[in-house]
Amino acid sequence: MTEPQPGPGSSSGPEQHPVPALAIRGLAKRFGGKIAVDGISLDVPAGSFYGIVGPNGAGKTTTLSMATGLLRPDFGTAFVHGVDVWSRPLEAKKLMGILTDGVRLFDRLTGEQLVTYAGLLRGMDKDVVSARVAELLAALDLSADAGTLVVDYSAGMTKKIALASALIHAPRLLVLDEPFESVDPVSAANIRDILVRYVGSGGTVIVSSHVMDLVQRMCDHVAVVAAGKLLAAGTVEEVRAGASLEDRFVQMVGGRSRTEGLEWLRTF
Amino acid sequence: MVAHLLRLKLTLLRNSLRRSPWQLLGLIIGGLYAVGIAGFLAVALLLLRTADLELAQTVVVMGGSAAVLGWGIVPVIASSADLTLDPARFTTAAVPMPQLLTGLALGGLIGIPGIATTLVALATVGTWSRGVAATAAALAGAVLSVLTCIVLSKVVTTATAGLASSRRFKDVSALAFMIPLMLMGPIVAFVAQGAAGSAGFLTDLSRAVAWTPAGAAWSLGGDAAAGRSAEVLLKLLIAVATLAGLAWCWKVLLKRALVTPPYTAGGRKRAGRLGLFGVLPATPTGAITARALTYWIRDPRYSGSLVVIPLLPVLLFFQASQTGEYGILAITGPLAAFLLAWSISADVSYDNTAFALHLSSGVRGVHDRLGRALACLVFALPIVLVFSIGPYFFTGDWEWLPSTVGLSLGILFTGLGLASVVSARYTVAVPLPGDSPFKKPPGNVAQTMAVQFGGMGVLLLLVLPEAALVIAQAVTGSMVPGWINLGAGPLLGLVLFGLGVRLGGKWLDARGPELLAQLAVNR
Repeated sequence: MTEPQPGPGSSSGPEQHPVPALAIRGLAKRFGGKIAVDGISLDVPAGSFYGIVGPNGAGKTTTLSMATGLLRPDFGTAFVHGVDVWSRPLEAKKLMGILTDGVRLFDRLTGEQLVTYAGLLRGMDKDVVSARVAELLAALDLSADAGTLVVDYSAGMTKKIALASALIHAPRLLVLDEPFESVDPVSAANIRDILVRYVGSGGTVIVSSHVMDLVQRMCDHVAVVAAGKLLAAGTVEEVRAGASLEDRFVQMVGGRSRTEGLEWLRTF
Repeated sequence: MVAHLLRLKLTLLRNSLRRSPWQLLGLIIGGLYAVGIAGFLAVALLLLRTADLELAQTVVVMGGSAAVLGWGIVPVIASSADLTLDPARFTTAAVPMPQLLTGLALGGLIGIPGIATTLVALATVGTWSRGVAATAAALAGAVLSVLTCIVLSKVVTTATAGLASSRRFKDVSALAFMIPLMLMGPIVAFVAQGAAGSAGFLTDLSRAVAWTPAGAAWSLGGDAAAGRSAEVLLKLLIAVATLAGLAWCWKVLLKRALVTPPYTAGGRKRAGRLGLFGVLPATPTGAITARALTYWIRDPRYSGSLVVIPLLPVLLFFQASQTGEYGILAITGPLAAFLLAWSISADVSYDNTAFALHLSSGVRGVHDRLGRALACLVFALPIVLVFSIGPYFFTGDWEWLPSTVGLSLGILFTGLGLASVVSARYTVAVPLPGDSPFKKPPGNVAQTMAVQFGGMGVLLLLVLPEAALVIAQAVTGSMVPGWINLGAGPLLGLVLFGLGVRLGGKWLDARGPELLAQLAVNR
């Protein structure tokens, strides 16, 4: 096994965390003529709450899919706690819990069955699974709908049940793609609490989002991705450099249209 | 505005083809098929030009009325109304109602069924080109008929939109309509017998149908050719009134639909019912078997095939009773074995992107393959055994029993093994999760057919030994090959089953991400 070299985005000293929770090395992907991800390298220190932000279509989901073994990269690879995702996939996937954006679930199962299924697929013990399923459903406020088919869930409930499926095996690294999309504020706060406690006990969380406020409040590290490239990475304080994360983000990504024009909009 | 809507429809169609060349090929194949059928019908109608007037009238009116009924029924059965121009999407665009209706109606003509119907309807003008008046009347009839078809289908889809959006209705209706569809052959044969029994029955029927909204427009040309001008006028009135009435219904329904989006209510159910997950072993393989079995029951795309299986002996029995050759019943077992085994050859395609859960959980390929195959085997094995042994209570030639059982089990195990390999490597176009089992996603037909027929060809090769033993018994008349088959079939089948699960598992381990990427295209 080759020890991953610290990437340009590494910010915490190697003496603190010699092996990053996730080390992305030169990942690149092309879809037809469009380069979706153009060589991204990034270190996510163990025990960090890491936000990945970028405009729509920046390549966040593609990067995370390649880093978690769901999409084969054209170039590069990723290491989870030092385990190469693409040469030892089964081992690496044991360490990860993944919430993927934009894929279906086995939605003809009830919520309880789906989370149980996710646990059993990981080869977990039956009693452990059933105890954890009950706790997870209660924590995510889904107990009342546990016996309802997932296909009849609302968008936010579907997101929460997918999150429960990702948490069931107590992974060391959580990769969550847009975890708060269409989740109501109360549930979002509950999920945040769960994640903060999880990080506090040594776990690592990576969330992708385009809600800057949320990332600024919740995460301790952040990476900015646009047009398939890594624009900045480090602690939130470093990246925002005194300004608000949103302002820094808009400044880096650009694309703010001039405020002139649209005069007619004020004429009614 | 109408032109806008038509352009939008064409753009949507063109863009849907850009997603992959297979989609284009699929449309071309579907188009050729439709052109073939429509062309055949058109030529037949043109040939009727010289035929007896009453005969031509009967054919046109009956065929035409059937087409109208088809346009009314198919959207409900298939819940597959073409929603590319779903009126709900225009709610905020404030399109004036008359333009919206015209645009949507003409948009309904764009597409294979619309074009085919138009083509055939215009061919009836050829049938009645026996004089100026008849031609003109037939042309008016054709235009009215096609518009009636389109508007009727719109009325039906709009009216049932609320109902059809309820998942339970979709599930049940898809299954319920599977049965008459399967029994179509016997039913048609029965009706044909009745028709042949009493000559003139169809002629009388068509005369009556010509006065109904479904047949009035189609009968215009024939009545004009026969010189019954009073009837032409009356039926024209009926046809126009029908179209106007339907259009009015559609307008009212659409107005209501635009302001009341479909609402689905579902009860909340608490935890505690794990179903099969609580029964089967708590291992990855056991869990996958439980999941697959749950889907066989709950997902109409799977349970549809289960509904078909009991009808199989019924169909064969009907066939046998027609010819008096009850020996054909012996193939019930092997046929059921083949259908059941092959039904999991598109298992991963049915999962669609939900397969990502298996991939991200790091499920080993072998466990995935074995779990799915065992789920199918759980009910397939008893069914195949019953279907293999049952027919001999009718036919009584018990000396064929060992060979049949051997062949059936051989096909079942070999088929499951092969299907495990095929579904690990190739995706095929299947209805999406939650869609009706009748609804094929457009395109990808070419690859689907290549995979399906290629796979079946290989399966035939793999069960050659069992088939050869059956032939040996037929040739020699000795029961020895039959007894050998009883042992060799299951044995050979189980070996191939094991190899298939192994190989499929290996391929899945190696190519899981590529498979998921293929599935995402068909999303």
